[in-house]
Amino acid sequence: MKLTGAEILCESLTRLGVREIFGYPGGAILPVYDALGKSKLHHVLVRHEQGATHMADGYARASGGIGVAMATSGPGATNMVTGIATAMMDSSPVVCITGQVSSKVLGSDAFQEIDITGITMPITKHNVVITKAEDIARTIREAFLIANGGRPGPVLVDITKDAQQASADFNWEASEPKLPPKRLRNNHDQAEFDRAVEMLNTAKRPIILAGHGIMVSGAMRAFEQFVRAGNYPVAMTLLGIGCFPANDPLNLGMMGMHGEAWVNNAIQEADLLIAVGMRFDDRVTGDLRTYAKSARKIHIEIDRAEINKNVRVDVALIGDAREVLEKLTPHTETRDHGAWINHIAELKGDSAVRDIQSLPDNGHLYAAHVINDIWKETGGEAIVVTDVGQHQMWEAQYYHHNRPRTLITSGGLGTMGFALPAAIGAKFARPGSEVWVVVGDGGFQMTMSELATIVQEKINVKIAIINNGYLGMVRQWQEFFYDKRYVATPLVAPDFAALANAFGIRGERVTKRAEVVPIIQSARESDETVLIDFRVEQEDSVYPMVAAGASLSDMIRRPNNPLVETATEP
Amino acid sequence: MQTLVAYVENKPGVLNRVSSLARRLAINIDSLTVGPTENEEIARMTIVAHTDERGAHRLEASLEKLVDVLLAENISTRALLERDLALIKVSADQQNRPHLMELIKVFRARVVDVAPESLIIEVSGTVDKIDGLLEVLRPFGVLEMARTGRISMTRGGDLLQPPAAEPVNSELESASSNVT
Ligand SMILES: Cc1cc2nc3c(=O)[nH]c(=O)nc-3n(C[C@H](O)[C@H](O)[C@H](O)COP(=O)(O)OP(=O)(O)OC[C@H]3O[C@@H](n4cnc5c(N)ncnc54)[C@H](O)[C@@H]3O)c2cc1C
Ligand SMILES: Cc1ncc(C[n+]2csc(CCOP(=O)(O)OP(=O)(O)O)c2C)c(N)n1
Ligand SMILES: [Mg+2]
Repeated sequence: MKLTGAEILCESLTRLGVREIFGYPGGAILPVYDALGKSKLHHVLVRHEQGATHMADGYARASGGIGVAMATSGPGATNMVTGIATAMMDSSPVVCITGQVSSKVLGSDAFQEIDITGITMPITKHNVVITKAEDIARTIREAFLIANGGRPGPVLVDITKDAQQASADFNWEASEPKLPPKRLRNNHDQAEFDRAVEMLNTAKRPIILAGHGIMVSGAMRAFEQFVRAGNYPVAMTLLGIGCFPANDPLNLGMMGMHGEAWVNNAIQEADLLIAVGMRFDDRVTGDLRTYAKSARKIHIEIDRAEINKNVRVDVALIGDAREVLEKLTPHTETRDHGAWINHIAELKGDSAVRDIQSLPDNGHLYAAHVINDIWKETGGEAIVVTDVGQHQMWEAQYYHHNRPRTLITSGGLGTMGFALPAAIGAKFARPGSEVWVVVGDGGFQMTMSELATIVQEKINVKIAIINNGYLGMVRQWQEFFYDKRYVATPLVAPDFAALANAFGIRGERVTKRAEVVPIIQSARESDETVLIDFRVEQEDSVYPMVAAGASLSDMIRRPNNPLVETATEP
Repeated sequence: MQTLVAYVENKPGVLNRVSSLARRLAINIDSLTVGPTENEEIARMTIVAHTDERGAHRLEASLEKLVDVLLAENISTRALLERDLALIKVSADQQNRPHLMELIKVFRARVVDVAPESLIIEVSGTVDKIDGLLEVLRPFGVLEMARTGRISMTRGGDLLQPPAAEPVNSELESASSNVT
């Protein structure tokens, strides 16, 4: 069967199970758009190509499948860069398809020609230029294989316009992926495995560091069995949240810079760290010289390049988390670790009194209250997509996730503007799920144009803007480390409720604590998107905090009198 | 200094990916040589990098993550044969020529071009040997030099061969598609 390159692309994507493509057209990709119109694929028109990449990323993170983003050459392609880097840092499988000028003029600085494969080389798992229609089917299949294989990541496929237009034979069976042969590495030898087992069964104060890799691996059940077998307390990274139910007594909460103090203290006192699918990010370890000094360390990790990168470990079990855990569990002897678990519970008691939730109602609206109320009202069952900043940390602290892939957030790159588009992608992936956006007033203003996409696509997401009038996370650093010199962090914003109305979306504003629950309930009852502008305490800070580069043991704790008298008047 | 050998796809852009990776990892490359292997689709690289064992591990493992790299291996601690080749143009007049010829003989180098005012000397061997020759040639006046950079091979039965092609796994493919 003869098809054009553009038709082959659409046919291939359909066969790979793609339903939605998030994109934005332009000259160099027009043949594909023409073919899209005749295909069964649904194209979601975004308002900025960055949004397309975040949507594809949100789709991938919510579903575990691959998100597809599309753009034209030149500025369309360069607008994708931030979204590609975001997906790369968090190991998210995204396939980006860009149009390119015709192969005949490649290299001539043609109109809207840009070397997007050169630009994205360090921020993609792989990228490739296609100049012939007959290469399209095979290359797209390879792109999908690469994006979601092993440690996932973004793949960019740049297709010249002449390849889109030319005709070629389409034969799915004959266009099997032909990736270069790889050496199969021995995952880990028996001696290493035995040492890990010995360490597991002799530890007195073990703690698991659970990361994003557990979700990637689909290892939730194997993980739970492993935890139960050894009765290990579990600490989670930001991206690990959801891999193990928050309401399980063995789940301690988040570790790291804004992790719970008892979790960090437990890590510092532990005699064994069992790291599973996490990469010891500097936000997790703090000062490496003082990190978990008394602990031996086991690292279960699929990517050899992560071993001993930041933290030197005693045993590395290289492989897929699920496979390794399933192999380990039968060798794990049950211990109750009672004294150790009780000790951690004592550490916890001290923190509870400092918790903002424990403060008497002083009429002020704190972000923590808002997020905790969203958690209670949604029963912890919603998919929450956050942006980057203070509200992101409060979400991690006050929304308790029991299921995997229900917290979607940019961790490694920390990309402001991620939440709104990623939530749209997540909603497409899981149309039956309730999706909440938790976003700051700063980050929302970066990609709020995607409200129009929501309206055009008739999407139902709930948007909670945590409006503190500041680039809050940066203001907090200025408060702590720059003598409260608030340079470039006070932030003017439009009336978000009115703005929503202008887009044809219901908008609400909340200034008092008593209004929070009713508005959440009313928003949940609606089957349309609702935007709520929560005017919260302006100068609140996220506690506890490990200053960048400080030891995990030195946490800045919430002061005893946190009532800062700066509540905004509406 | 660490020595790695890599087998890569012999196609455009791969050298760029490899060098770009080293730059991203903040690893300084001392020399990088590429040449074809007996299989024309595969090229072999020798990478000599300014880094420690930990850095070399990171480079090796990261290289193997590149789709076009079939195998990468740190061979620094193995028994190695190493060769570098240099062409050195020295100024030579009638007077010092005999002295030069003597040195060339000592170093088992050879003269590959003769001109009235200069000679081109070809020398191959370890980096130390070439550095040594260079040292003694310097007083005569080194006008130009070109070096290939190091190529390395493990000795004897310690073989380092590219992996053989394997058929695609359709299970793997269906796992990576969105078909549910
Ligand atoms: C403002 C801000 C504050 C932050 N504060 C914190 C904080 O306090 N605490 C915190 O934890 N984070 C924090 N982060 C996030 C932090 O920067 C990192 O993104 C996060 O710690 C990474 O978590 P991870 O290692 O679990 O996930 P990833 O970075 O996604 O790493 C996943 C790891 O799992 C491995 N893997 C993948 N697939 C598999 C598999 N199948 N089997 C086995 N392994 C696999 C990968 O190779 C990788 O090493 C913060 C981010 C921001 C923006
Ligand atoms: C694109 C981008 N630019 C800058 C930053 C640095 N940064 C991190 S948090 C933050 C403030 C975010 O403010 P806001 O969205 O209002 O959230 P808040 O911290 O107030 O909850 C900034 C500027 C970033 N992470 N991303
Ligand atoms: Mg803010």
